Amino acid sequence: MGAECKCNCNQEGKLDALFAQYKGNPNGLIVVMAGIQEIHGYLPKDTLVQAAEALGVPLSDVYGVATFYAAFSLRPRGRHSVNLCLGTACYVKGAPEVQVMLEKEMGIKAGNTTEDRRFSLDLVRCLGACGIAPVMTVNGEVFPRMTAEKVSEVLAKYE
Amino acid sequence: MNFTELELLRATAKETIKLRLGEEPSDNYKYHVLVCGGTGCISIGCKNTLESLQESITKNNLQDQVKVVVTGCMGTCEMGPVITVFPEGYYYCRVQPEDADDIVSTHLMGGKIVERLCYHAADGSVQPRKNDMTFFKKQKRNALRNCGLINQTSIEEYIAMDGYKALAKALKQMTPQQVVDEVKKSGLRGRGGAGFPTGVKWQFVLDQQSDQKYIVCNGDEGDPGAFMDRSVLEDDPYSVIEAMTVGGYAVGASKGFAYIRLEYPRAIDHFNKALERSREIGLLGNNILGTDFCFDIEIRVGAGAFVCGEETALLASIEGRRGEPRPRPPFPAVSGLFNKPTIINNVESWASICPIIVNGAEWYASMGTEKSKGTKVFTLAGKITNTGLVEIPLGLTLREMVEDIGGGVPDGKAFKAAQTGGPSGGCIPAAYLDTPIDYENLAALGSIVGSGGMIIVDEGTCMVDLAKFYLGFTQDESCGKCTPCRIGTKRMLEILERITKGLGKEEDLDLLVELANSVKASALCGLGQTAPNPILSTLRYFRDEFEAHIKDKTCPAGVCKMPRKGLKS
Repeated sequence: MGAECKCNCNQEGKLDALFAQYKGNPNGLIVVMAGIQEIHGYLPKDTLVQAAEALGVPLSDVYGVATFYAAFSLRPRGRHSVNLCLGTACYVKGAPEVQVMLEKEMGIKAGNTTEDRRFSLDLVRCLGACGIAPVMTVNGEVFPRMTAEKVSEVLAKYE
Repeated sequence: MNFTELELLRATAKETIKLRLGEEPSDNYKYHVLVCGGTGCISIGCKNTLESLQESITKNNLQDQVKVVVTGCMGTCEMGPVITVFPEGYYYCRVQPEDADDIVSTHLMGGKIVERLCYHAADGSVQPRKNDMTFFKKQKRNALRNCGLINQTSIEEYIAMDGYKALAKALKQMTPQQVVDEVKKSGLRGRGGAGFPTGVKWQFVLDQQSDQKYIVCNGDEGDPGAFMDRSVLEDDPYSVIEAMTVGGYAVGASKGFAYIRLEYPRAIDHFNKALERSREIGLLGNNILGTDFCFDIEIRVGAGAFVCGEETALLASIEGRRGEPRPRPPFPAVSGLFNKPTIINNVESWASICPIIVNGAEWYASMGTEKSKGTKVFTLAGKITNTGLVEIPLGLTLREMVEDIGGGVPDGKAFKAAQTGGPSGGCIPAAYLDTPIDYENLAALGSIVGSGGMIIVDEGTCMVDLAKFYLGFTQDESCGKCTPCRIGTKRMLEILERITKGLGKEEDLDLLVELANSVKASALCGLGQTAPNPILSTLRYFRDEFEAHIKDKTCPAGVCKMPRKGLKS
């Protein structure tokens, strides 16, 4: 298993263990898919086929789950994941201007990945850090009180 | 671990935190310095503050007299990084690494407070201790009782703060029916948004005959602007674990699931650690406290879908499926997770259970209003001076919340409205500032208590734009299963977009109301049924703003970009 993996992730063992743990158990689908995404950074088709067989779930259902949840991606993602919060507190405190600047700097619309795969930009609904709005995260690191002016400075930290 | 061992552990653990409770400690520590490690303070750099403090303390050889503890969120996110110095409870705000030496030499060695770091109220007065601060004075903390006071993942400190007293009491002295009765009598209502009486729900599950029942904690806190559940899960995970265990005993369930959203990685981490620790010392797993009662909890991580906060969608997600809601009945209490009777309660509801069992239903019911008992956590955010986490007895007025606790609207601007209940709620304008906050009053005003998100907006916020924001949210998060929600929210959003671009037509407002009422009446689940609320509520109080956009093609708040006059639309 995992022979098709081209990303040199060397984590086939982890995937095999995950498939074995939920073998024949459709209830484990989301847990398994989260595992795949953690290892590969997205959900490669071949691996989803393996997961469907291991858990005994039709591939159509796997696709249904993959497209339902915002956390899952069927396309490779950028090296750095930028999430801009568009919750209410962030919205009323200026997140839309930060969004405009992020899209301009990256040259992409939110929901996409830059061509050089440096950044993926996503809009999220409330990170629960409303006290320090507007908030943005890069690879999980939180940047409080964002402004459009701060955008290029923050992005420059990530190659 | 048995009952006696638990009490022994409590006695030992209590000695280590006495100083924080205002009691005479038996160890050598003179001060406890509590550093807030909540998400807000972490991202503003509390780690550097913590390191400088520790360095300075070591440099001055005070490590045997001063104990430094990292705690959960103290509640005043806007003032971070914050620290509290016990025994007196002096509260220092925006403490930078370079302030550490001053705190150590002036306060910890010199015995004098560092006034410049104390909280300065709007009237200029200095409120040095936590108990002096208007932000804390009107609060009553039950669900948040340990947040900001104890180490987040230390079971010893949790036990020292009366932790596991409720479970011990239930297992030793109470029948399952008595536990359920206590919750019923307390008047506790579901804190996740719907406000259904918790005890009644428990009774339904207790009455079911089944070989297996489940306990579920809804930690899929999706309402934008609400972050109390994140705080409880991160800062006091044992309070939820213990309560779920009590719930398991009360209805005869041996298995629980905590569904926590992916966006809260620290909550997942802390909850996991707390589960492991509880198992290690025998407070979770087989034969809890030496009795026949067995109970364990598994975490399920959400995958980013707002609709999964709806109970039937959440259960589908735990089962590994698309998180789509289904019609009720049957209610989860009858046929829930894996088609078995299931209690599903929100994080804050769970966190409220143990004090009720320990102190009794009458104690809890003595707080609040006639129909809305107890305390409720609100998250104050938006255009407000003191943003943060607040727990109040229900019945406090909106004015006390905004002006006393929240410190008013900053930058000399005027309060315009409080938006409560997130995308399912509505707004309350300035004319109703003196309304006591409870379930009934907010409903009468066309809003809801909901999960407790409270966003304050000032004159610089356009209410039409805000309604559009919420519709954009629900449209985005609509799961698409039922037509009224999938298409209705889309059409309503289109109308709002048109209006905010200055392209609205006079008949649009009637159309909006008609659509809103149809979606409300016909959508499958709570998401769709409440999605029109922000529109109906802003129309009720701010119709003039809608009309200005449509008739005069102007945005009174100056937010929406309108075509210049004279241009053909």
